[in-house]
Amino acid sequence: MNKNHRVQSSRSLSAVEVKSKFGAEFRRFSLDRSKPGRFDEFYGLLQHVHRIPNVELLVGYADVHGDLLPINNDDNYHKAISTASPLLRLFLQRKEEADYTAFGTDSLTRKKNTVLSAVLLRPDTNRKKPPVIISLPRDFRPVSSIIDVDILPETHRRVRLYKHGQEKPLGFYIRDGSSVRVTAQGLEKLPGIFISRMVPGGLAESTGLLAVNDEVLEVNGIEVAGKSLDQVTDMMIANSHNLIITVKPANQRNNVVRSGGGGAASGSSGRSSDSGASYYGYSSQAAAASMPTHIIQNFPVDELESDDEDLVIEAGGEAEPIRRAPSNYSMPSLPRYEPHLNLRTATTSVSASALSINANGTLPTSGSSGSLSNTNATSTTSSPDRAMERRSLEEDGTVITL
Amino acid sequence: MKRFRRHGQESQRDRLKQELFQFNKAIEHGFPHQPSALGYSPSLQLLAIGTRSGAIKLYGAPGVEFMGLHDENAAVTQVHFMPHQVELVTLLDDNSLHMWTLRGHKGLSELLEIGRFTLTGPPGAPPSVTRVTAVLAHTSGELLLLGTEGGHVFIVEVPGFRELEERNISLDQVAASVPDDYIGRRNLEHVEALQENPINPNQVVIGYGRGLMVIWDLEKRCAIQHIPATQQLESVWWTEDGSYILSSHSDGSYCRWMVGGEDVNDEEEKSDIPYGHFPCKAISKIIQLPTEEGPPFLLFSGGMPRASYGDRHCITVIHSKTHVALDFTSRIIDFFVIRDGLQHTGDPSALVVLVEEELVVIDLQTDCWPVIQTPYLVPLHSSAITCSHHVSAIPLKLWERVIAAGELQNTHYSKKPWPITGGQNLAPDPPQRDLLLTGHEDGTVHFWDASGVCLYPLYKLSTAGVFHTDADPNDNMNQGAEGEWPPFRKVGCFDPYSDDPRLGIQKIHLCKYSGYLTVAGTAGQILVLELNDEAAEQTVEAKVVDLLQGQEGFRWKGHTRLDVREEPVLFPPGFQPFALVQCQPPAVVTALTLHSEWKLVAFGTSHGFGLYDYQQKNTVLIKCTLNPSDQLAMEGPLSRVKSIKKSLRQSFRRIRRSRVSLRKHHVNNTAKLQEANARLEAELAEMELAPVQRKIEARSSDDSFTGLVRTLYFADTFLSDSSHNTPSLWAGTNGGCVFAYMLRLPPVEHRADEPVTAQPAKEIQLMHRAPVVGIVVLDGHGAPLPEPLEVAHDLARSPDMQGSHQLLVISEEQFKVFTLPKVSAKMKLKLTAVDGSRVRRVGVAWFCSSRTEDYGESGLVVLTNQGDVHVVSLPHVKMQVQYPCIRREDVSGIASCVFTKHGQGFYLISPSEFERFSLSTCYLVEPRCLVEAPLHSGSSSQRRSQPDGASSTHRTRQDSEDAEVLQEIQKSLEGDQTSFLENNVKSAVA
Repeated sequence: MNKNHRVQSSRSLSAVEVKSKFGAEFRRFSLDRSKPGRFDEFYGLLQHVHRIPNVELLVGYADVHGDLLPINNDDNYHKAISTASPLLRLFLQRKEEADYTAFGTDSLTRKKNTVLSAVLLRPDTNRKKPPVIISLPRDFRPVSSIIDVDILPETHRRVRLYKHGQEKPLGFYIRDGSSVRVTAQGLEKLPGIFISRMVPGGLAESTGLLAVNDEVLEVNGIEVAGKSLDQVTDMMIANSHNLIITVKPANQRNNVVRSGGGGAASGSSGRSSDSGASYYGYSSQAAAASMPTHIIQNFPVDELESDDEDLVIEAGGEAEPIRRAPSNYSMPSLPRYEPHLNLRTATTSVSASALSINANGTLPTSGSSGSLSNTNATSTTSSPDRAMERRSLEEDGTVITL
Repeated sequence: MKRFRRHGQESQRDRLKQELFQFNKAIEHGFPHQPSALGYSPSLQLLAIGTRSGAIKLYGAPGVEFMGLHDENAAVTQVHFMPHQVELVTLLDDNSLHMWTLRGHKGLSELLEIGRFTLTGPPGAPPSVTRVTAVLAHTSGELLLLGTEGGHVFIVEVPGFRELEERNISLDQVAASVPDDYIGRRNLEHVEALQENPINPNQVVIGYGRGLMVIWDLEKRCAIQHIPATQQLESVWWTEDGSYILSSHSDGSYCRWMVGGEDVNDEEEKSDIPYGHFPCKAISKIIQLPTEEGPPFLLFSGGMPRASYGDRHCITVIHSKTHVALDFTSRIIDFFVIRDGLQHTGDPSALVVLVEEELVVIDLQTDCWPVIQTPYLVPLHSSAITCSHHVSAIPLKLWERVIAAGELQNTHYSKKPWPITGGQNLAPDPPQRDLLLTGHEDGTVHFWDASGVCLYPLYKLSTAGVFHTDADPNDNMNQGAEGEWPPFRKVGCFDPYSDDPRLGIQKIHLCKYSGYLTVAGTAGQILVLELNDEAAEQTVEAKVVDLLQGQEGFRWKGHTRLDVREEPVLFPPGFQPFALVQCQPPAVVTALTLHSEWKLVAFGTSHGFGLYDYQQKNTVLIKCTLNPSDQLAMEGPLSRVKSIKKSLRQSFRRIRRSRVSLRKHHVNNTAKLQEANARLEAELAEMELAPVQRKIEARSSDDSFTGLVRTLYFADTFLSDSSHNTPSLWAGTNGGCVFAYMLRLPPVEHRADEPVTAQPAKEIQLMHRAPVVGIVVLDGHGAPLPEPLEVAHDLARSPDMQGSHQLLVISEEQFKVFTLPKVSAKMKLKLTAVDGSRVRRVGVAWFCSSRTEDYGESGLVVLTNQGDVHVVSLPHVKMQVQYPCIRREDVSGIASCVFTKHGQGFYLISPSEFERFSLSTCYLVEPRCLVEAPLHSGSSSQRRSQPDGASSTHRTRQDSEDAEVLQEIQKSLEGDQTSFLENNVKSAVA
């Protein structure tokens, strides 16, 4: 929120310069920053200025960090307008030819030879700015990341899958197998656990970070050696809300190569390679940066609790508040009955609390543990309804721990 | 935080842990799985049973038992006690012989293996030459005679297993003297039987498979007499006075031969086919025993007419005019007869029969030959066990009433005391009376005295009488019609055939203070019973409870509800049902609990749960937990699962049967048997090789059986506000959901007429969605709430209601403590996320310190799907100790586990045996017994005349050790160095 204020105060111009590129053609026009209008109007305007009235378009813009991000609804449109400084660079693509992989973090900076990147690439100091919120959380969320690149052998890969309560299944299978390892006795054939199948359209497949025949070495920091297939299955399912798998990829050609080391390198390892392969892969700088990298690096098992948000429904009174237990074990000094919003603000970030407001569609009454009571007022009606209700509530639960 | 803990504190806690916890597997209760051999020592009064898995178990007086396990994983085929000694010899499937002894140690006896031996034939001889088929432990106690497949008899000196080559009786020696006119002289076949002349130890009869019997003089080393039977020989018996030999044959006949000096008298004295005319099956063993006055007893097994009764397992007993064919429900392994008198040479007093599934002892001195109830080795699985429930520290009053009810059921048993009385039971009296209740597939509940070493049957409750079943209740064991031939009499209680699988008992809860019992079964039936010392005729009112509560779109495809008898039913003294709830749909009851103080029963199925007031006989609450998208739960898949299980069981039975029948023709068909085994193993290996993969997917509310109720719990606690405690009901589901209801009970004076009400108070959805397997409320001191009526009977401290209560929810994956009345997570212990194991069984137990009597603490006892037992501290849910207990592959063992309130547990190691283990240093039940070497007044070697058991066994041991070392050196010279090392280590350890 304070971020928004700052952004606005830094800009006095009321008009936004727009430079729109479609194929080889450029169009320039301006928009009123205070009255941007709706996305569909804007979309129509673009079709008009480019004189391509019947072409389905995919609209992208370059944000302050030089990332190519999409504009496809009112929210990200407004965000794009409000963060333009002052130039808004748009990139239009025909929908049928659209290259979705172009979107995502660092997507533009990777193409160093383009003119754009030279212009857009900012010095590192800018990175330290607090993140911006660009849209609804369900549109922009990391679904996977490679972590701990700096401490793992290059032949291994530690992949984190974020389930976020979304409908998309994790979508992979594991099997028993054997792998040859170098031991004190020489080469030895040892039993191991391998990925046996990926479900098409599943989270695991869409990340592109896991593949069939990858050997699973660890699950959330615990070695799987000596454990049975069923044990590993149970471990993975128990950690499915925040699954971190260390694999030895079957294909060793795409390994992350470490660059020399040093503070900067390790600092960036936390978000070194967010996947850009999926729809969810419009992964925002904001989300990635809001996660302090030191947490990701060594992930003490207890520190990243995402399954703690048990849902409690109190019945019998008029008010049926939901309380989420303060669950963060890394902060035992916190008082137990701290109102949850405050607590979250303290532990995560401003953006997170803002997200929860959006997701619930209600404004939090500050400091009240009963703040979410409205959403739950219907919860003791028939059970199918409640099941739906619960699902949405749970979703919000995981958003908060993001 | 662990890092900052002071070292001193930690070691102090470690010391305390050692005083509190210790893991022990002490006893196996029940009947050994797949018994394969039986032995008996009249002088020791000990019974020995060998099993297919290589175990050897000795039993004497109740409480006297020993167990040994052969290192080889081979079946025990024969067990022979050395006459008048504490040694016994076992023969295994792999042709090895083993010598065991009962050695005194610190005033107790223990069973030890002291030697092993395998016959070595001349170089180049085929293995059949040394394949042992018959063993005779000679009365001298110094010789073993080993008859082999090749027809030779080897003589071995024991202990020490020294082959006396010069005394061997080779086939050639025997064949040379066989009369020329004997048809089978060219091939006498294997040695089928070896018997000693009861009045002349120097004479033995060697029975060959072809039929020929030769009486051999061991001194003169020559044949004395040839008995030219021509039928395939099955067994030989030398009568007491030494004047006759009985032989039994494969065609169902037996013959009696006069033992005379001259060979000419080769006509059989008497030949008979008892169940003749039509072809009969073999008589596998025959015994004849004299009585002081009157005719002798003749006993034999088998011999039934092949076509009509070939599938019966019978032992025929003939005495004077009485002729009975005892008809057993499983295959006969072996039998022997116990005789009266100090020298055990008097009248036959009891017949002991080991059949595949039980041990039956028949009193031969009481009219009608009733069965003597066995104090141990009772077949737990007379009908398959479906669930168990343990109740510790039973009040004396209830105990006596249960025993009294049980005694009324046992009137058909013999009044005679248990005839096998060897050894002394030195175990102290059990500290308390414990009951183990087992529910069975046929709707019975068996009450066992689980206080001590012997799991003794006390009382049996049958619930089938409440319902109409296909079976006629009068269709019991005594069906033998007058004049039927053979004169069958059913004996034994093993009856694996259930009339109606819906009767199966799934959950049991007994209140030990009030004597109220509730049992629930497969077809959604919940019975509430009370203990009544008088027989009563009453109708049981059934109440149908619709758990679906209007949920639509489902169709139950499982079994139907049981039909209740409308008319009054006469219930014998004991537990008598007075209320019945039937769930609709009639799915298997998955959770059950009873609160005798509030007079409420809570029950749950895969569709929901209900609360029943058994005083007013009405339902207080019905809650449907079914997820609308859960199609599987609706259709009754349990029956489908069961049918798969059943068909699997059947096919395994088929395999087993074929293996058994292959085994029957033991000698000639070993190759075939091995081939069959190899094929079977290959098949199994192939099954295992099939690619197995597991899906990795987060649990969702859409998963099947999320609504299945796993646990129910009553608690008087702070549910709504922190100042008023109220009765409450808690339910946990498979989908990680906990429901809490506040109960309002009318005051005691209006309990009978004012309604009990239940109001929903809380609902907790665990985010990890793992099945909730246990719920416990901890009081202000962090101690679990006492059981109902426990405080009223002054047997427990009343719970602390001042401090704030806590809720402990145990899911398969985590232990989680919440505050009450505001439910917020306080602490937790993750299990699955850390080591991949899941909670299968959980119980609250009290652990006392072994050092100071006044210190004790409560803990959670947990069994995981990996077969490990853990103790988790309360209320801090910290892992204390962990021990491997059950093999992780043993799914049925893990599923059968039940914990006691004092840190012990039971689980099934086979369908018929419970293993008892203990986690507590204070409560440990283990056999402690002493067996002394028998006083032998006979004239034989001086060793036996030593009265002191301990010292004599000691000497025996010395001798055997020396001999063993010699033998080992010899062996090692032959190149068998590994076994030499092994045995050295073994004797060093011993």
